[in-house]
Amino acid sequence: MTDLTITALAKSYPDQNVLDGVDLEVPASTLTAVLGPSGCGKTTLLRLVAGFDRPDSGTITIGPSTVTGDGSWIPAHRRQIGYVAQEGSLFPHLTVAANISFGLPRRERRNQIRLAELLDLVGLDPALRTRYPHQLSGGQQQRVALARALAPKPRVVLLDEPFSALDTALREGTRRAVVAALTATGTTTILVTHDQAEALSLANQVAVMRHGQLIQTGTPTDLYRRPADLELAGFLGSTVILPATITDTIAQTVLGAVPVRRPCPGGSDSVMIRPEQLALAPPEPGAPAAHVTAVTFYGPDAVVDLKLPGTTTITARVPSHQAPEVGTETGVTVHGTATAYPSRVEHLRPAGAHST
Amino acid sequence: MTVTSLARRWGARTSGYPVAVAVTAAAVAALTLIPLGYVAWFAVGEGWHAAYQQLVRPRVGELLWNTARLAVAAMTASAVLGTAAAWLTERTDLPGRRVWHVLLAVPLAVPAFVNSFGWVSLSPAVEGYGGAVLVVTLSYYPLVYLPAAATLRGLDPALEDTARALGLSPTRVFLRVVVPQLRPAILGGTLLVGLHLLAEFGALQMLRFPTFTTAIYDQYQATFNGPTATMLGSVLVVACLLLLVAELRLRGRVRHARLGPGSARRATPVRLGRRAPVALTAVAGIVVLALGVPLASLAYWLVTGTSTRFPVADLTAATVTTLGLGVAGAAVTVTLALPVAWLTARRPGRTSTAIERASYFGSALPGIIVALALITVCIRHVPALYQTTAMLLAAYAILFMPRAVVSLRAALAHAPPHLDDAARALGSGPLTVAVRVTLPLIAPGIGAGAALVFLAITTELTSTLLLAPIGTATLATQFWANSDAVAYGGAAPYAALMVILSAPMAYLLTQTTGRIR
Repeated sequence: MTDLTITALAKSYPDQNVLDGVDLEVPASTLTAVLGPSGCGKTTLLRLVAGFDRPDSGTITIGPSTVTGDGSWIPAHRRQIGYVAQEGSLFPHLTVAANISFGLPRRERRNQIRLAELLDLVGLDPALRTRYPHQLSGGQQQRVALARALAPKPRVVLLDEPFSALDTALREGTRRAVVAALTATGTTTILVTHDQAEALSLANQVAVMRHGQLIQTGTPTDLYRRPADLELAGFLGSTVILPATITDTIAQTVLGAVPVRRPCPGGSDSVMIRPEQLALAPPEPGAPAAHVTAVTFYGPDAVVDLKLPGTTTITARVPSHQAPEVGTETGVTVHGTATAYPSRVEHLRPAGAHST
Repeated sequence: MTVTSLARRWGARTSGYPVAVAVTAAAVAALTLIPLGYVAWFAVGEGWHAAYQQLVRPRVGELLWNTARLAVAAMTASAVLGTAAAWLTERTDLPGRRVWHVLLAVPLAVPAFVNSFGWVSLSPAVEGYGGAVLVVTLSYYPLVYLPAAATLRGLDPALEDTARALGLSPTRVFLRVVVPQLRPAILGGTLLVGLHLLAEFGALQMLRFPTFTTAIYDQYQATFNGPTATMLGSVLVVACLLLLVAELRLRGRVRHARLGPGSARRATPVRLGRRAPVALTAVAGIVVLALGVPLASLAYWLVTGTSTRFPVADLTAATVTTLGLGVAGAAVTVTLALPVAWLTARRPGRTSTAIERASYFGSALPGIIVALALITVCIRHVPALYQTTAMLLAAYAILFMPRAVVSLRAALAHAPPHLDDAARALGSGPLTVAVRVTLPLIAPGIGAGAALVFLAITTELTSTLLLAPIGTATLATQFWANSDAVAYGGAAPYAALMVILSAPMAYLLTQTTGRIR
């Protein structure tokens, strides 16, 4: 049971700041996802934690020991970390068994029981032990990479976009197997990813990184419902932004009164809700109504483009069997609460792309 | 830039073990720059007046004219021959394309002086300009053929399909789409032919066609270290550098033939139809002239030559010496090439490129220049090394370094740094990473590089003649001594042994598409 603490970590290369004062606390036995677009510095953060690179300043402590900072520096091979890279980085000249036992002390490398345990842990067929990496599917390679990382019982496991190179079909199963193995061993984990669905669905805690800084850290629900700013809201999923007059905890919008989760200190004139919070029903007299301009069918659900009275257009995401016909009028109601944002926003930015 | 500041910069990226590597690589680069440095230092030391007196003479003009016309004719002929042959084997339904591909590449594995011997021992009519162009072209056209064939194979046929869909006729597709993509390969290969011509000694000497290289040798043998030899050498070096710079500029502009994922489809071969017999005759003609004639001539001298008494003891001794030098030279060269390859593969940057280029420049100079430079530097500064095997091995290392570097660098690309990271995360220190991950992965590359160097050494003539310690007889020097005396039958067994030793080289040539010196 080891926790990981990063304090004021900074790293710059001659032409740019890559990390700028990063603080992150990863509780023991949990998975924290570091989420950000490519080039935001998240991989650099992971390499600094791993000890592959040296930061300019800041400290990293793993459990009781400071591995970076305060004048101490522990190189990667003595940090007791597990590392799984995007491509798996299996040693092409070694079998699955030899790959998995690579990090074990020499006398334990022949231990077939431990090997069987590890294969079982990541849900791999024991018959694969004599195969070479090129004979495995991408998903199997990533499971072997995880088994190899877990074999020496690391204090922290670092996952660098381990699922992004996989086909959609393999990705879901591999994700589940990986998280199950990490949970079963109670391993403290950092997962770096640019896929918000992956971060929200796998992590106990999500830290969002932008331009080398962590802009918000919290539980997945917290982040999704109360993102720090509208840019982040759009990055985490599609948004509906409505002009509003806010009094106390109620926002008056074109869709009626909506409760607001948290008053905005500097005054506010817009609220954000998620498309799936909108429910569509046959129009009722006196209730807000909208004109259906387009319906995009995704299978389980559908995205409906709506034109409100005036020039406002919004999107709703509804179970596909409830989607209305294009050209009809529909009633719109808001479920749940909205989040208020400070005045200044460009009004009614187009809703973010549909994301899965 | 100092070594420490370099080390600090690299150390910033990983925990700093490259210091030793950087120092070794820099030392290797210094060694490979000895020949160039020597010639430059000599030319500057002599001054304009002396240079003028030694260079502006009718004899030098004649050499310059000979070298230039030989180079122009043989380079043009090689470009035409190599490109046409590549197109026939790669893009048409020529019967037996695979066999022809191997047979067309093999002549490069036969030393040019053996080829020359085959021709000149049949008929003295090949002596002189025409014969020189013929023999040299037949020896070196594969330098164009191999890259042109490899490029043709790698071209994405989708580009040609697209051009055809845009309404271009097959001929115009070839001219507007294929040729432009092929141009770097053809030009690069042709420039390499030029470099080889400038360095060629044995073949031209045997054909009695004097060029700068043969003149330098004669000058040196006659007067021992005459300044004239070195002065002629500096002209040769300037010519080499011009070709080299052209080749390097060209290499910089070459791009990967294919962009985008997925594997390329093979192009649909052009149907030769009734033209097939003509094409077959042409290809067979090249193979007969380049391979058949010299081999048949060798066989003739081996079987019927009355002077062929097999001096078994001499043959065995020469073979053992040659193999020993080959093994030792390959070991030395690969060891020296390792830090250079590691730096260019793992720490790309200006310094690494400079070190790699230095090793490349050193090797592109003719063997005779390398030998003369080593002799002079040795006599002046470390006379104890003169006439030792160590100095011969140093010359081999300078001459054949790029072969080892290219193989090792390609191998290191298959051991990418993220594997090092993975091993370090699993608790391996730098040394353990090298032993358990890097070395096993690059072992095939080490083997291939060593094999290329070994094969090159076994057929090296010029610098072995000049540098081999007295009493050291290799296959090449024994061959030379015998053929000099017009004892063709006596030279034949040595030539045959060299051809047999070169057989694996022929295989390697058809396997690798890279640059072969």
